[in-house]
Amino acid sequence: MRGLLGIRIAQIIPTLLLVSVLVFLLQELMPGDPARVIAGEEQDPQAIAQIRAELWLDRPLPVQYVHWLGKLLHGDLGYSWRNREPVMQLVEQKLPVTLQLSAMAFIIAVVIGVPAGVVAAVKRNTAWDYVANAIGLAGLSTPTFWLGIMLILLVSVQLGWLPPSGYVPLTQDWVRSLATTIMPAFVLGNAIAAILMRHTRSAMLTALGQDYVRTARAKGLAELVVITRHALRNALIPVVTLGALELGTLLSGAVLTEQVFSIPGFGKLIVDAVFNRDYPVVQGVVLVTAFLYVALNLIADVLYVVINPRLRGA
Amino acid sequence: MSVTTAGVVPVQSPARLAIHGFVGRPAAVAGLAVIVVFVAVAVFAPLIAPYDPIATSWLAIRQPPSWAHWMGTDELGRDVLSRVIFGARASLLAGVVSVLIAGGIGVPAGLLAGFAGGVIDAVLSRLVDAMLACPFLILAIALAAFLGPDLTNAMIAIGVSTAPRFMRVARAATMDAASHDYVEAAWAIGNPAWRVALRHVAPNIVPPVLVQATLSLAQAIIAEASLSFLGLGQQPPLPSWGSMLNAAQQFLSQAPWLAIFPGLAIFVCVLSFNLVGDGLRDALDPRGL
Amino acid sequence: MHRLLLAAAAAVVIILPRPAAAQGTEHGTLRIALREDPDILDPTLGGTYVGRIVFAGLCDKLFDINEKLQIVPQLATGYEWADPTTLLIHLRPNILFQDGEKLDAAAVKATLERDLTLPTSLRKSEINSIDHVEIVDPLTVRIVLKRPSSPFLAQLTDRSGMILAPKAVEEEGKDFGLHPVCTGPFKFAERVPQDHITLDRFPQYWNAGAIHFDRVIYRVMVDSSVRLANLKAGAVDLVEYIVPTDIAAVKADAKLRMVISDGLGYEGVTANIDHGPQAKNPFGQNKLVRQAFERTIDRKALIQVVYNGLYTPAAQAVPPDSPFYVPSIQPPARDIAKAKALLAQAGVKPPVQITMMVPNSPDTVQAAQVIQSMASEAGFDVKIQSTEFATSLAQSYDGNFVSYLIGWSGRIDIDGNTYAFLHSGQRDNVGNYSNPIVDQTLDQARTITDIEQRQTLYAKMWEQERQDLPIIYLWTGKNTVGMTAKLIGFRPVPDGMIRLQGLRMEK
Repeated sequence: MRGLLGIRIAQIIPTLLLVSVLVFLLQELMPGDPARVIAGEEQDPQAIAQIRAELWLDRPLPVQYVHWLGKLLHGDLGYSWRNREPVMQLVEQKLPVTLQLSAMAFIIAVVIGVPAGVVAAVKRNTAWDYVANAIGLAGLSTPTFWLGIMLILLVSVQLGWLPPSGYVPLTQDWVRSLATTIMPAFVLGNAIAAILMRHTRSAMLTALGQDYVRTARAKGLAELVVITRHALRNALIPVVTLGALELGTLLSGAVLTEQVFSIPGFGKLIVDAVFNRDYPVVQGVVLVTAFLYVALNLIADVLYVVINPRLRGA
Repeated sequence: MSVTTAGVVPVQSPARLAIHGFVGRPAAVAGLAVIVVFVAVAVFAPLIAPYDPIATSWLAIRQPPSWAHWMGTDELGRDVLSRVIFGARASLLAGVVSVLIAGGIGVPAGLLAGFAGGVIDAVLSRLVDAMLACPFLILAIALAAFLGPDLTNAMIAIGVSTAPRFMRVARAATMDAASHDYVEAAWAIGNPAWRVALRHVAPNIVPPVLVQATLSLAQAIIAEASLSFLGLGQQPPLPSWGSMLNAAQQFLSQAPWLAIFPGLAIFVCVLSFNLVGDGLRDALDPRGL
Repeated sequence: MHRLLLAAAAAVVIILPRPAAAQGTEHGTLRIALREDPDILDPTLGGTYVGRIVFAGLCDKLFDINEKLQIVPQLATGYEWADPTTLLIHLRPNILFQDGEKLDAAAVKATLERDLTLPTSLRKSEINSIDHVEIVDPLTVRIVLKRPSSPFLAQLTDRSGMILAPKAVEEEGKDFGLHPVCTGPFKFAERVPQDHITLDRFPQYWNAGAIHFDRVIYRVMVDSSVRLANLKAGAVDLVEYIVPTDIAAVKADAKLRMVISDGLGYEGVTANIDHGPQAKNPFGQNKLVRQAFERTIDRKALIQVVYNGLYTPAAQAVPPDSPFYVPSIQPPARDIAKAKALLAQAGVKPPVQITMMVPNSPDTVQAAQVIQSMASEAGFDVKIQSTEFATSLAQSYDGNFVSYLIGWSGRIDIDGNTYAFLHSGQRDNVGNYSNPIVDQTLDQARTITDIEQRQTLYAKMWEQERQDLPIIYLWTGKNTVGMTAKLIGFRPVPDGMIRLQGLRMEK
């Protein structure tokens, strides 16, 4: 187990390093001169040269990279060009919002997707199965932002049940927080629900075909008990770990959902940064998401081994 | 429950497998039909569209659907139906070009990695891991940010972001194919590496790559729509389903048709690709549950 | 197992904080929706309209204006001109800054000098007629001008008249805008960029009796439909800018009220004539090309399409009800043939590529698309570069544009709408336009007080401007403020500012 963890961490480090190199190189694509942008309205050439020296922009590229990496490891993601705020501070402000949204979305996805998958598997090849499959496919094919807009049209504009945009932090007022986040969470969780449904269905089908299920049935146990106690428990193993890997889908979806519902989260941060031509923030967001994704993958891998007794000791 | 005899799977050409599998699945056939319709619409757009998609009409602002304008008009008086039709061009073009870029980069890389193994494989695999570490849309946005908002740049961004998946699929299939007896036999009798690769390995990686291609096409279409929705893709006045949805948000209560039709177009298009992809995957995968 | 879950759920519900009672009325929080995120909250460096709205809550000024555009006292109680170049200002006693310092003549002198000398100060063109500032006594300031200036006093009713706490300025320097300290009714509490700015009531405000809220939150909502939705849902109490196409929806809602008043400002297309490499193209180099471009635009249709016909087509920087309006300067009608002829005369063959930098609010982008469509008929290929507002301002100061669709909120004196933008060497003249006749007339008109004489001078200036078209004026606008019907005491001043004195929520 510790050996496995060690191997995985050893594999991650080069990946993360490569990510940092790729992100660092992104700024070579950038039009304009960072020193001039930071100097802003001060067009004095001396001031610009000074800034360039401060940012190590006059050194060779590999040297710049190492310097940049060093700052990175100290948690210094640079400064936003727009408000001179540390990027890390912006991350700390906005990431929790997206994490709250993603957590809610994931819960919704599980609550919808897993039971649907179970039903589809148990009632395989019946009308239930086809309907569940159809809904799942529809969910996968619906663009997140369109679903969001349609929901706003129906629920906020026509029915007036929920506010159409904005965000109230959970710690401030949990009722209004729920009211502002339930629609975006549903929209965000929609695609994940479809994916989870499919995975659950196939995992359940595999589980239901196993020997221990036949044994349970032979013992005379009620069908419901067989399904939930035996098959489902084992089917959930790959489902949960696969679900964790969908963080990438969640974060991508969050970008669009936060735009549609005007939620000041991490996803909206990168979109705003693009229109602000705030490249350090763009780089910072890419780095943080990559890091989170890799970390979560690692946890999922470990969890998979921990939960699955058969793999332990492998 | 069917019984499979260990190891022996009848070797059928992928094409026959696909067609065979397809015919038995009405959903996939329907999907294919819809795709053909979309492609036809995109190709023959100038002939089909009733109006010029960028022709503005100051007197016909935000009109609801009517006989003159089946899908109504938008905030600049342009015919929505014509814009949806021409929008198909942007979406399908973006889908095809992105996937071609992705495949063009990913498949050779995967072939190389799977065949050569060793250091080359390790380096390429880590590179792919690094790219896959970043969520797809965020990577595409970052690239579009640095390249500038433009449909071409969006296609490049999407293509580059999708390439890792092709590389993974191609690599796995290559390694799988390379382990088969007939390949080892071809090696043994002295065939040069490239001939082994082309003659024996390549045909076998086509099925999974094809499945990946259809799935990636669907993803690329949504990605182009997303980037255009954010303002990073197709620039005005040229129509794109995504950018039309962006403008529609402003007038949700006054002109809901502006949001309904372009979104519906994306939905139907992507759904068909997903149906075809599913059908292909089930047909080409002998284990099919 | 089930009981455990129920118990856990109950515990969670008990632990989480209770929702605060209905927003906006208890605890007196006023929530205002802004159309953009303000730039730096430093009156010396600020350049955004929405920044001024926040300043209305944060920083009092020497003088203010009322609904009739008359100058009224605020931090100052009165003034007198000892002679045409000497202004004596009497300060109100016992005014405190939000950090406890006292307002006195020294603070006024320090602020004015900062406005004049800080390298990136945007106030220079407003008050550069100051020669020096003297302290007569703690409550009297003497400002000596280099030459007579009729618009000078009016400048002290806006950012140039906002007095900053000297110790805070000394400590923070250039970062003053991150924690501004002034004399206004509310003090700075917190700012989350592109999200909101929170101000808390300043109990020692000199006019505390006029303030009926404990807190003001300015929320940034760039999307007009989001602003409308939030107003209707009661999530904000006031929206400083309701797009004209949403006015009907506000009027139809009995819980809301629409307040429409004449504005002081304009919207136009600024050309980069001589500011860096981006000026090197037909649009920047050749006035005939700019004239051709103007002839493709049908202002009336544009306003009708995007703004429901609410605004007034314009070819000069002031609205028709301004005393300085020149009736003979009218926007030309659309004439594609003329446009093409002008292009031919300029020796430029279509298609003519023009990039237009456009602040990314939905209605501005829409207007740009209309212009793009109209101009295409004469062979102009307009590429729209949608940019966040404050970023576009910064880009313009850098000369990073070919054409820029931008407006100006307007000031009570025409000098405030023209000098900084058309006179050579001024920071806000982002296109670096320079014409001796324009410079001369602008300089001269500033020194005269007789309105008719000034009007003649401005007419002469406009004639030249109409030839060169450094700015193609499009329209003069209106202020369209939406609010909950329970908000009373709102004074619609043409400058569009949301003044908080006297504003209260009905119970």
